[in-house]
Amino acid sequence: MNRFTRQQMAARVARDIPEGACVNLGIGLPTTIANFLPPGREILLQSENGVLGMGPAPAPGMEDPDLINASKQPVTVLSGGSYFHHADSFGMMRGGHLDICVLGAFQVSVAGDLANWHTGEADAIPAVGGAMDLAIGAKNVFVMMEHLTKSGQSKIVAQCSYPITALACVDRIYTDLAVIDVTPTGLVVIDMVDGLGLEALQQLTGVPLARA
Amino acid sequence: MIDKIYPTARAAVADVHDGATVLIGGFGMAGMPSELVAALLDQGAREMTIVGNNAGNGEVGLAALLKARRVRKIICSFPRQTDSHVFDALYRAGEIELQLVPQGNLAERIRAAGAGIGAFFTPTGYGTLLAQGKETREINGRQYVLEHPIHADFALIKAERGDRWGNLVYRKTARNFGPIMATAAKCTIVQVSEIVPLGSLDPEVVVTPGIFVQRVVAVAMANGR
Repeated sequence: MNRFTRQQMAARVARDIPEGACVNLGIGLPTTIANFLPPGREILLQSENGVLGMGPAPAPGMEDPDLINASKQPVTVLSGGSYFHHADSFGMMRGGHLDICVLGAFQVSVAGDLANWHTGEADAIPAVGGAMDLAIGAKNVFVMMEHLTKSGQSKIVAQCSYPITALACVDRIYTDLAVIDVTPTGLVVIDMVDGLGLEALQQLTGVPLARA
Repeated sequence: MIDKIYPTARAAVADVHDGATVLIGGFGMAGMPSELVAALLDQGAREMTIVGNNAGNGEVGLAALLKARRVRKIICSFPRQTDSHVFDALYRAGEIELQLVPQGNLAERIRAAGAGIGAFFTPTGYGTLLAQGKETREINGRQYVLEHPIHADFALIKAERGDRWGNLVYRKTARNFGPIMATAAKCTIVQVSEIVPLGSLDPEVVVTPGIFVQRVVAVAMANGR
């Protein structure tokens, strides 16, 4: 079966981020989207730890331990960028000032419920960070994830079995097989990997899908 | 004459008592007041409740405090990291209490304490495990959870420059929790890279006004700054 590579997924999300958007890219897979933003477009990346206008990784030797991203990796700041404290940073999210956030996920439900912070296993050490704030706050919540688990089960589900991050928050899902909008009337497929038909995708996914 | 300058980190944390609630700034190592935390380890206070974003990295700083069994409870948003093995082991052994708080709620609970807010309704966490048992309310068609402020006895934070009145400026993303933690503790203790003469910080760019700060100590930063 054909699949979008991780680079193709990141490039696909990047294509949908418009000029002028303020965007938070979650830790993990979504972080790579920064490498695919079209160079001509002015897009402001926000990092929860207090920077708007975040730039790419510094050249080797130029790292500054006081300038890092949410994954605690060294970054740079663009000309015109700004720094702020944590209450302002999360006010940007909760207050609805961010246009888009892109998050990884364990599961997304048909209703747009997101599960991405906790496996629920008894000995797992839970860690939530900013996931719940981003999920309820950004105007558009995009999820970027593999379509299937390692054992082949759909991560798009009727109801999340993992602990919820936020209810009815996801607007669009980018997977290695398809791009799917979460709408009040159900899931709508807007793009699929070459060679995959709706029927086959439907079979893999297991919840009702409509074609845009 | 107002003079909040302390000669050493050790002197600045000398009266932190057993059972104290202590806010510790930093996001990972950026903004972590490592020298103050090291002084707190030497000082010996026990049974503390620590509030911060993470639960320690490696074997130093907060992790060393945990390893020495000085901490009864930790309130944070992201304890699990690649190098949080000290916390992980204590947590799995049931030897430390964890209150996990979404990061924005953590920040706002600290801010609320400093701003005299009794409690607040937030949409973050509604319908999740982290809101279980909490009061909820529908406001204008949206669901909110009631969250309470986090008041502390002490705040340990790091800033770039400070003066003898306690005015502070920070450096890049090392600012993170510093400005809000400074407001939320009875006694805010700040380590700075440089103490500057009164009047040399532009009033237009002071981030934390001195009213929120009780003690300032200059330390030679381990990273050479």
